[in-house]
Amino acid sequence: MISLTVNQKTYQLDVDPEMPLLWALREVIGLTGTKFGCGVAQCGACVVHLNGEAIRSCVTKCDRANHQNITTIEGLSMDNSHPLQLAWNEENVPQCGYCHSGQIMSAAVLLRENPNPTDRDIDDAMAGNICRCGTYPRIRKAIHLAAKLNGGKGNEK
Amino acid sequence: MEEISRRHFIASATTAGLALWLGLTSEGNLYKAIDSASVNFSPFILIEANGQITLFNTKPEIGQGTFQSFPALIAEELEVSLDQVIIKQTNGEYQFGNAQRSGGSASIRNSYLPMRKVGAAAREVLIKAAAKTWNVIESECFAQKGSITHAPTQRKLSYGSLIEEAAKFDLPENPKLKDPKDFKILGKMSKRPDIPLKTNGSAEFGIDAIVPGMLYAVVYRSPVIGATLVSYDATEVLKIPGVVKVGTAERIVGVYRYTGVAIIATSYWIANQAKEKLVTHWDNHGFDKFNTRDYEAHLRTLANQTGIVEKAVGNVDDVNLPPESYLEAFYETPIIAHHALEPLNCTAQVNGDRVEIWTSTQVSSAVTGKGAGDMHGQIGFTPENITLHSLFVGGGFGRRLSMDYIVEAVNVAKLVEQPVKVIWSREDCTQQGPFRPMTFSKLKGGISAQGALISFEHKVISPSLQQSRDSTFDPSKVDLAMMEGISEQAYEIPNMRNSYVRADLHIPISPWRSVTSSTVSFAQESFIDELAYQAKKDPMDFRLEHLKKTSDAKKVLLKLKELSNWETKLPKGSGRGVAVWEFFAGLGGQVVEVTCHKDKTITINRVIAVIDLGEVVNPDNVRNQMEGSVIMGLGAVMKGGINFVNGKVAEHNFYDSPLLRINEIPKIEVHILTDGGKVKGVGEPGLPPFAPALANAIFAASGKRFRKLPFELRL
Repeated sequence: MISLTVNQKTYQLDVDPEMPLLWALREVIGLTGTKFGCGVAQCGACVVHLNGEAIRSCVTKCDRANHQNITTIEGLSMDNSHPLQLAWNEENVPQCGYCHSGQIMSAAVLLRENPNPTDRDIDDAMAGNICRCGTYPRIRKAIHLAAKLNGGKGNEK
Repeated sequence: MEEISRRHFIASATTAGLALWLGLTSEGNLYKAIDSASVNFSPFILIEANGQITLFNTKPEIGQGTFQSFPALIAEELEVSLDQVIIKQTNGEYQFGNAQRSGGSASIRNSYLPMRKVGAAAREVLIKAAAKTWNVIESECFAQKGSITHAPTQRKLSYGSLIEEAAKFDLPENPKLKDPKDFKILGKMSKRPDIPLKTNGSAEFGIDAIVPGMLYAVVYRSPVIGATLVSYDATEVLKIPGVVKVGTAERIVGVYRYTGVAIIATSYWIANQAKEKLVTHWDNHGFDKFNTRDYEAHLRTLANQTGIVEKAVGNVDDVNLPPESYLEAFYETPIIAHHALEPLNCTAQVNGDRVEIWTSTQVSSAVTGKGAGDMHGQIGFTPENITLHSLFVGGGFGRRLSMDYIVEAVNVAKLVEQPVKVIWSREDCTQQGPFRPMTFSKLKGGISAQGALISFEHKVISPSLQQSRDSTFDPSKVDLAMMEGISEQAYEIPNMRNSYVRADLHIPISPWRSVTSSTVSFAQESFIDELAYQAKKDPMDFRLEHLKKTSDAKKVLLKLKELSNWETKLPKGSGRGVAVWEFFAGLGGQVVEVTCHKDKTITINRVIAVIDLGEVVNPDNVRNQMEGSVIMGLGAVMKGGINFVNGKVAEHNFYDSPLLRINEIPKIEVHILTDGGKVKGVGEPGLPPFAPALANAIFAASGKRFRKLPFELRL
């Protein structure tokens, strides 16, 4: 049995410990906000937080997450009240929207580590997340805005 | 049978009680009904007695914004705000006809007036109903925020309370549309109601469908495209815990039929792992000898053939310029994959003679439709027995115009009683097609002594999109899809001959965002630039000199000239390039500014993108689409295409078939022209001008001409 604490709720799962966390979240627990994009840690659609750190759930075995704390996009807030969600809505970032769970989860770790990222900092931190629709200019803007909402300067340069 | 699906639709649309339905008949005439029994037309508006208002969006939301823009056309005239209505995505229900599709940047350009009329007609009968109720004249009543107000007395009645009375009035044939200066939604900054769902994980994409008791499946398809399955051995697969069943499933892509081996299991991961243990034997029919490199050489040879003429103006053979006045060039582009981020997927449940489908598709009404080309004939169910749940689409780009993955999933679902979700791996999406085909272009132009372009020829050499999709296509004819836009440009050229040489190909091909304009624009607008230099003219002036008459293309170029400060000189090593492209989807032009550095690297300083729309619904969304188009265009320039080696696609996943990332994007400025005229599309016209404008800028900065895609940003 694997025990996962996801968004502060604990689940006992009868799954192969080798199964990637992504599929346990999506298919076993039913939290479909975390997305499958590539399966090989190339696109970032599956990013969740494991004990607060951004990880690629498509290549992270359940075994590694056993008895650990996981936060998914659903755990960030369901009412879109998190500064990044507010900013994403304010800047109308998504197009198809498929990648944005992963984008927002990556950005959350960036802002915790660096409350006032520059464009360069954002590029460095977000280069692991692919957006096929090309919403990158808005992702940058929204991260700056979220930094401001967090009380930072949100300096765009 | 039809009665059941109609009832199902009505039951799922209404809460209960009396309702006013208003929409269009299949002939496009306004129509209404007060009781659900007579709803035999497309009801775009549903107003219920309890006050609930529902607007129906028939255009699948693929990221292009129709979840807001389509209902916005109705809401504007109906005088409701989008946050006081429910927006329902249609699911291919027969009431809504065969235009439940998103493609060709067509949603708004085809619906701009019809949907406004629907809203306006509803407003008119609601006003009449209120005036009658109060016994006052209509001109004293106005509609606002879902209510009619009697101005002199400030009495108010909600739409819901007026439906019974409103239904008694005949609908106007030509309802009065609002003056654009009174618009509250159209042309304004407005929020897309799908965005909050996409920032908290609650938006349901096709791949997110959860059906109780559902199993998961992968399909092992031949790595050599075109091979047929001879036999397979699943003994080892069936020993794996969690594997439920193995069987074959057919997939139909245009004229091609492929059979793969489906592994059905209790999870995708188990099914996908189990592929390793599957033993398969294929008859490759010699397709394992196919290499892109040889095929490209073949296309270059074919370029010497006389093409079938698509369009001739004047006579290029009678121009008789001296040889030095002619310029010839050859351009090449690659095959590429769509790479929508949501992998292809479809959930299906077969129950006797019925099938229920959950998926993300661009063509809802083709999945459920009765037409000859619709899906029913490919899966063996009557159209009435196909139920679709059309969910959010995690990227279309033309890939989800094809229904091959739905057909295949239905065939997988036939193997078991439970619902099955078929998921393609990223490798499947990269390697199995259909792909955007390459086009090669042979161009020739003749410049008069006065520096005017008086002779122009563009010959396209490529596989045929129509031949790949339609078995009735006559290969002795021009495939117009492969000549897209070439003869539509506004340049005034007295002698022109555009022609097509078709090349056989056994690989399924499909439209990609902006279809063939995504490749032939690169050849043609780069070559126009080459001709400008041949004529010793500035490339912007050269274009404008061939646009003497008023045209939308001229307007776009003049705007670009102004916005880019075209007349100002750039420092040595920097340069500007321009391109403009008009095609069925719309019209856009771009100026790209680059700097070529001493270390041979090239940086893009800015991209100025102008789109001419006639009318705009949601300008902020248009900017988002344009930014995305430029980025997708740059990705297609910089990143490799799809290459076949020994019949198989050599690329696998994003590590060897990369997409553009956030650290690689240029600064993009968007300008929208909306001074009336023909309403044009948004989703695609931002793409075709980018590659030629970039190549033209690099030439202006460095003197180096790129004639083959992809290329690195390096001299």
